[in-house]
Amino acid sequence: MAAIATRNSNGLDQFCSSLEERPGLSILDFAGASQSTVSFITDYGHRLYSDDFVHQLDYCFGASGDFFENQSNPLLVSRFMDTALDFDDDSFDGALVWDSLQFLTPQLLHAVVARLQRMLRPGASLLAIFHAEERVEEIATYSYRIQDHRTVMMAHRARRKPAQIFNNRSLEKLFQDFRSVKFFLTRDHLREVIVKR
Amino acid sequence: MWNRRKEELTPKPTAAPPTSSELAKEGIPMSTLPARAVEPHHDTTRGGGGPAILGKSVIVKGQIYGREDLTIDGEVEGTVELQEHRLTIGPNGKVLATVKAREVVVLGTLHGNVETRDKIHIRKDAKLVGDIKTARIEIEDGAYFKGNIDIVRTEAKPAAAPAPKPQAVAPAATSTAVSGAPGANSAPAAAASAADYKR
Repeated sequence: MAAIATRNSNGLDQFCSSLEERPGLSILDFAGASQSTVSFITDYGHRLYSDDFVHQLDYCFGASGDFFENQSNPLLVSRFMDTALDFDDDSFDGALVWDSLQFLTPQLLHAVVARLQRMLRPGASLLAIFHAEERVEEIATYSYRIQDHRTVMMAHRARRKPAQIFNNRSLEKLFQDFRSVKFFLTRDHLREVIVKR
Repeated sequence: MWNRRKEELTPKPTAAPPTSSELAKEGIPMSTLPARAVEPHHDTTRGGGGPAILGKSVIVKGQIYGREDLTIDGEVEGTVELQEHRLTIGPNGKVLATVKAREVVVLGTLHGNVETRDKIHIRKDAKLVGDIKTARIEIEDGAYFKGNIDIVRTEAKPAAAPAPKPQAVAPAATSTAVSGAPGANSAPAAAASAADYKR
């Protein structure tokens, strides 16, 4: 069984404040289904759409050849977008993408962020996490589970190479089409980002 | 003679196995395997005992409608409906179907939308792609799930009048009906995942 660590998350706290507005919201979670997150979200009376985004990335781009080079193959990209992000516009009131965006090459990343923006309803929040330490070959990756509104459980997954490392400026640029971008820099070299459509 | 026959059929209590010296006296070949308790055999075709089972090598295309618990360890494509009963998809089971049951336990693979009145259990190593509508859900670590989870809160029923006495009904030979030839209903409503959201 994977080792599980817990940490406080200001980003999650901020995200959860939007869950209290009214019941019946639609929330997207890209961490893969876990009992704790399912219980947490559905106890508010919300619907949860769950998928393991990193698993989808590996499935579409990691079968053979180079994982990052494959992300510029139009056929594979098209299959990936249809498999992982095939949703109507304005489908969700919130999205938890956790650390999954770090493994996308710039071109695919921009396409994914643009699609995510369309999938969110106006005013919806998105929580993403980025590794902040520069000059690293590989970073620890986790499966994120919500324990409570400001505590997240992180189950260790394999270490992997990020496609790029982000700073505040590059993140602002990445989410420039969103209404607002807010950062929380944590002690464990992570940048939690809350963006609002 | 009848009495003796009866005696033979009665499962013996799991008494301590005979000692090696006793066996040696009787000249019975010995085994190093541990003694096993004899489990009573359940005959599901007579309406009692365990669930109906679709074994590993069974492939069904069409509709399954049942009034008893069912375990699928083979392949099913179509629809499965066991309104008041439990459906178990065994570790070897591959189901591409819309499922409705009181309770669903997934150990194998299920592609399709699921509706349970009571609870769904997604066990370790199970794979479920589809939308779930249920009162309660249990997901074990290691399970893969892709789809929508909609928890339906059932309101507590008011204190009801005493239930009518159940009427004795002769059990049917089997109450699980399988219908549909290959190809019939071959569009399993397992266009599953996120039907509400999809483009």
